[in-house]
Amino acid sequence: MTVPILEIKDLCLSYFTRAGEIPAVVDFNLTLNEGETAGLVGESGCGKSTVALAIMNYLGDNGGIVGGSIKFKGRDIVTMSKEELRRLRGADIAMVYQEPMAALNPSMTIGRQLAEVPICHEGVDMATALKRAEELLDAVRLPDAKRILAAYPHQISGGQQQRVVIAMALLSKPSLLLLDEPTTALDVTVEAGIVELIADLGHDFGTSNLYISHNLGLIRETCDRVFVMYSGEVVEEGSIDEVFQSTRHPYTTGLFSAIPMPGSDKYDRPLVPIRGQLPLPHLRPKGCNFGPRCDHFEAGRCDNRRIPLDRLSEAPRPHAVRCIRWDEIDWEAYRPDVTMVEQMEPGERVLRVEEMQKYYEITDRSFAAMLRGKNIRFVKANESLSFDARRQQTVAIVGESGCGKSTFAKVLMGLETATEGRIRFNGDDIADLPVEQRSPEQIGSLQMVFQNPNETLNPSHTVGSQIARVIKKFGIETDARKIEQRVFKLLDTVKLPRDFANRRPRQLSGGQKQRVGIARAFAGNPAMVIADEPVSALDVSVQAAVTQLLMEIQRDHGTTLLFISHDLSVVRYLADRIVVMYLGQIMEQGTTDEVFSPPYHPYTEALLSAVPIADTSFEKRRIVLEGDLPSAMNTPPGCPFASRCQRHLGDICDTTPPPIVEPEPGHRIACHIPLAELQAVPPVFSQKDDGDGGDTPVVAA
Amino acid sequence: MVIFLAKRVGYMLLTMLVVSILLFLLLEVNGESVAVKVLGPYTSIEQRNIWLENNGYFRPLYVRYFDWLFGIATGDFGQSIRFKAPVSDILWDRLGNTAILGAATYAIMVPVSLTLGVLAGMKEGSALDRTISLTSIGTTSVPEFASAVLLAFIFVFTLGWLPGTSAMSGGFDPVQLILPVLVLFLYGFGYLVRMTRASMAEVMQTPYIRTAILKGLPYRQVILRHALRNALIAPFTVIMLQINWLLSGVIVVEFFFAYKGFGALLLEASLNQDIYMIQACAMVAVFVAVTTQTIADIGYTYLNPRIRLGG
Amino acid sequence: MTDNAIRSARPSKIMQYLRRAALIRESWVGSIGLGIIVFWVAMALLAPLLAPFPPNAQYVPFMAPGFNLPPTGTFWLGTDHLGRDILSRLMWGARTVLFYAPLATFCAYAVGILMGLAAGYKRGWIDDVLSRSADVILSFPILVLYVVIITTFGASGINIVLAVTFASAPGIMRIVRGLVLDLRNRDYVAAAQTRGESSLYIMFVEILPNARGPLIVDACLRVGYVIITIGVLGFLGLGLPPPDPDWGGMVNETRGMAMSFPHMTIFPCIAISSLVLGFNLLADGLREVSLRD
Ligand SMILES: Nc1ncnc2c1ncn2[C@@H]1O[C@H](COP(=O)(O)OP(=O)(O)OP(=O)(O)O)[C@@H](O)[C@H]1O
Ligand code: SF4
Ligand code: SF4
Ligand SMILES: [Mg+2]
Repeated sequence: MTVPILEIKDLCLSYFTRAGEIPAVVDFNLTLNEGETAGLVGESGCGKSTVALAIMNYLGDNGGIVGGSIKFKGRDIVTMSKEELRRLRGADIAMVYQEPMAALNPSMTIGRQLAEVPICHEGVDMATALKRAEELLDAVRLPDAKRILAAYPHQISGGQQQRVVIAMALLSKPSLLLLDEPTTALDVTVEAGIVELIADLGHDFGTSNLYISHNLGLIRETCDRVFVMYSGEVVEEGSIDEVFQSTRHPYTTGLFSAIPMPGSDKYDRPLVPIRGQLPLPHLRPKGCNFGPRCDHFEAGRCDNRRIPLDRLSEAPRPHAVRCIRWDEIDWEAYRPDVTMVEQMEPGERVLRVEEMQKYYEITDRSFAAMLRGKNIRFVKANESLSFDARRQQTVAIVGESGCGKSTFAKVLMGLETATEGRIRFNGDDIADLPVEQRSPEQIGSLQMVFQNPNETLNPSHTVGSQIARVIKKFGIETDARKIEQRVFKLLDTVKLPRDFANRRPRQLSGGQKQRVGIARAFAGNPAMVIADEPVSALDVSVQAAVTQLLMEIQRDHGTTLLFISHDLSVVRYLADRIVVMYLGQIMEQGTTDEVFSPPYHPYTEALLSAVPIADTSFEKRRIVLEGDLPSAMNTPPGCPFASRCQRHLGDICDTTPPPIVEPEPGHRIACHIPLAELQAVPPVFSQKDDGDGGDTPVVAA
Repeated sequence: MVIFLAKRVGYMLLTMLVVSILLFLLLEVNGESVAVKVLGPYTSIEQRNIWLENNGYFRPLYVRYFDWLFGIATGDFGQSIRFKAPVSDILWDRLGNTAILGAATYAIMVPVSLTLGVLAGMKEGSALDRTISLTSIGTTSVPEFASAVLLAFIFVFTLGWLPGTSAMSGGFDPVQLILPVLVLFLYGFGYLVRMTRASMAEVMQTPYIRTAILKGLPYRQVILRHALRNALIAPFTVIMLQINWLLSGVIVVEFFFAYKGFGALLLEASLNQDIYMIQACAMVAVFVAVTTQTIADIGYTYLNPRIRLGG
Repeated sequence: MTDNAIRSARPSKIMQYLRRAALIRESWVGSIGLGIIVFWVAMALLAPLLAPFPPNAQYVPFMAPGFNLPPTGTFWLGTDHLGRDILSRLMWGARTVLFYAPLATFCAYAVGILMGLAAGYKRGWIDDVLSRSADVILSFPILVLYVVIITTFGASGINIVLAVTFASAPGIMRIVRGLVLDLRNRDYVAAAQTRGESSLYIMFVEILPNARGPLIVDACLRVGYVIITIGVLGFLGLGLPPPDPDWGGMVNETRGMAMSFPHMTIFPCIAISSLVLGFNLLADGLREVSLRD
């Protein structure tokens, strides 16, 4: 047998801080053969990036390899000299990073940054190096390579930047490519393009890949073997089929129950959070790291000693699990307890948005604009939005970055005023009412949950005082004791201990902060709550808990929830109605079932297909969109989606705004394609013939 | 770019204009007190009135202002009371001397500070970094007059190596420049070192430096090609703005070493209520400061492709 | 935990601040700085008790350090040209410096914070007016500004405070404005806006407390700088009127004789440098500690 490309044995990595040694990764083993792609999956802080950087032997000033070996083609990286390492880096092992913008030098042209690699490793001259760079830019399917070579990083889009970084990694034909969350910073339709590119390059360049991600769906779509990490250890490893179909670790099963799957929704399979939160590295429990969060925990056994990685078979590279009870648990019968959701009838209409429009005025200070004399331009952040929301209903607004979701939320909250159109909230038109001019009742009945857990609470004040302020402000209670009681009650509602009232935000985890944010939003008994991506910055296992909580409170209070998200698959689990936006305009709206089944708007169809799915019993039709999201500064005169549409009809799409067709009352699609044709489109997801999944229909007809 | 330049220069002129109004209001509004300063306190009301009449101080305020402004714009600053000569005769000479002093200081300060700052910032927290940082904190803590006293005590009094004054009475003598330059350098270099260090340390933490290292570039190239260019943008601005600081520093140093420069002139004028000289010096100082600020702004924009080419 | 227990477990605000302040121990640089400052504060406060002689009493002039004059006592740092005890004058001089420098800094901060909050939070024409005015003031070389102001209005403690306020407030405003421009985009500010809080409440309760870290560091540096300024003004003969001791003034009065009697000039120089060093080290330590969490 040939030597594997990468062989990691008993690797232990630590960071040394003022608090002492922090073991970031313990006992890590991995073998990667030529042409293989291995996936490393886990939540934030579990040590994925540390492993990748260790393979480059680059752990910064305070990190170090404390044990084990990393063999690259048989040579141990740990013991290499500085010069040997330098020659290896970039030439034999190359890396692709999470934030492409930050990974590129802002004051150097892309051409020079690319050319450096062959100049440094192969000693070629500048002209040859640039030529090679240009070829590679073509290979990563960047149109107009010459222009990009001369550009600075900030002049190209995020998707293009990531392609440049990939080209840079491939320039010296490395045999090992490390991809550290290469698509996390990108929009989902752009991500689909990069994922496809990476898969193809694997074939064309014959590299072996280590693919790091927190997204099980992406791992499933890109990798041959997967390593699930939790708190510095691999807890389960095996081939994709082994791990995804016969999962044998409680953490991995927990992850699968916490993420959305195609073909199910909140009524038949609610998301199940993993309770508790990730332990900090220096506060790990004795025995099994997952113990405190595990439903199968057995005192005396699980918390006794370190749990070894058990092989499930005698195969040379077996399915392995770090759990002593893996063969005792009845995996098929096990169902975590969840409260099933009852379907609710929506009540009277609370919100009606009519032809709402929001333009931002931008002064273009560039020289060219001055010459043309047109230095005032408009960003069309929202263009004739119309939809309704009813009492008790959850309406989701979905779209990629820059589609105008947050702008809409701002107008609704009165932080901006609409340029045109009406927003009727409980009968009053609030489109032109900035928050200062709204009555206290209007303000109190329309509240918001924010996106970023680290910014949603004021770090200078205690949790309790921040909730109390809202209660006082809205005049719910005035007596200090009563206010305090109500703060405690709200903390109970969001399932936080009462003594959190005295804590400061920095003592809370991300999920806990979001809970406080929810408590604050509901403190004034609002009629409607807007949640702008409330969980997208949280870890997967916590996301589900916060989402569930939000839905529960909403149901108990009969509140209308406007849920803003970029993730179509999550929305399916909580929305009654979905509004799909693109470049400031509504492309499609309807009930959740209507949006998730044909007829689709072509953009909805592409968006559905772009979402990576972790369920191996489903197959999806792959639709990869060309190019990047255009800017809202120059929206096309016809259909906004025309520049990327996979079903583009021709000139009419570019020149004429599409009509709105209504296959069912309330289900609206803005597209030139005749309805009959749209109805003939097959569903994006279909059950595999040999799949052994449940018998749920893939899509509601 | 042309528009940008025009804007910056226009803005600079506007600042000068506002400053001139302020100065005018501060020093000239009360004609009576001007007369007292010019003619001395022991003059009669009649004498003052005649003087005021002759010099047009009974005209409306705005006429006087524009007249005054026109004078300044054409280089006519009036007659110095103390030196009994046209202000401009003395001013340019003194300014030239200060320029020599400033240039000598900069010639030492900039290369030393940038080198030390880069060295310190390259490895944040290393022994070298701590040493350089603490030294720079130490030297910025000693006011110029104190270091002048201490250095004069060591080099003039104890060792007898250097002259204690820099009056240059026997013609230009570079040796007399050593102590003033040293004092200015000691007080000023710490700030520049710390700015450079902070900028360099920040750049060294950025992902693109990691990219450069993991590309396999030799460390020298990582520093020279990737780090320096980005790390020196901020210190460039600081260097330009330090000229403003230098104009303050020279007042003390020139006073102490009896160097015949601009700072000593301003001080002397102020202490003697030489009103036209004060105006002229202040206008010149502000002009220099505003000009360097404008250059700093333009340079910053030029060095920074993100701003230069729009984002 | 019962609700009452929760209530009583609430740590008092003062204790919290003390605990945070105690963090400076973790930086030895900061601790040294603090030590120097505490030393001078003690000197200033205890001057009436500790100073061996009245500050303006005249004995034998030009005496070297350690000079012993029975039965009056020992002049540890010698006497100056008028026969006054240098040590006593330094201790009394510490009072002057440690009164005017923090006071002037405080005034400058009060004005600078108000302007910075208004400019950064309100934006629009308020920002334009304030920022442009700040640019104009900052375009003066700072000492030129002081010299012009002090010679025009006369040298006195209150004028020094006013001059420092006038000259430093724009710089503070710029810093505050920069911080506010960043902080005003935080979600908690949006949350306050969407519940209809007034601008004043948002500026002072939601934004200002979160800017305090960098501002405290800057304030330390600035006190040091104001001490230098007061010293320089004294040195140039524009400081507080004699005979009350003022460190810069002491250097000015004696520097003509420094070549023959260096102790008269050098001790005040060391005093002022050490105090400034104390503030600079403290600022460095505070920055280091604040970066840790
Ligand atoms: N204050 C503003 N001034 C000018 N343009 C703005 C402003 N706020 C938003 N925009 C622009 O409006 C468009 C819509 O922005 P918005 O923030 O609503 O998008 P989004 O869907 O929320 O994006 P993301 O998912 O990244 O948060 C974008 O092109 C954005 O650049
Ligand atoms: S070892 Fe115990 S606690 Fe750990 S995963 Fe297995 S059953 Fe759960
Ligand atoms: S109108 Fe044309 S471009 Fe737009 S979605 Fe329909 S087919 Fe695509
Ligand atoms: Mg947004």
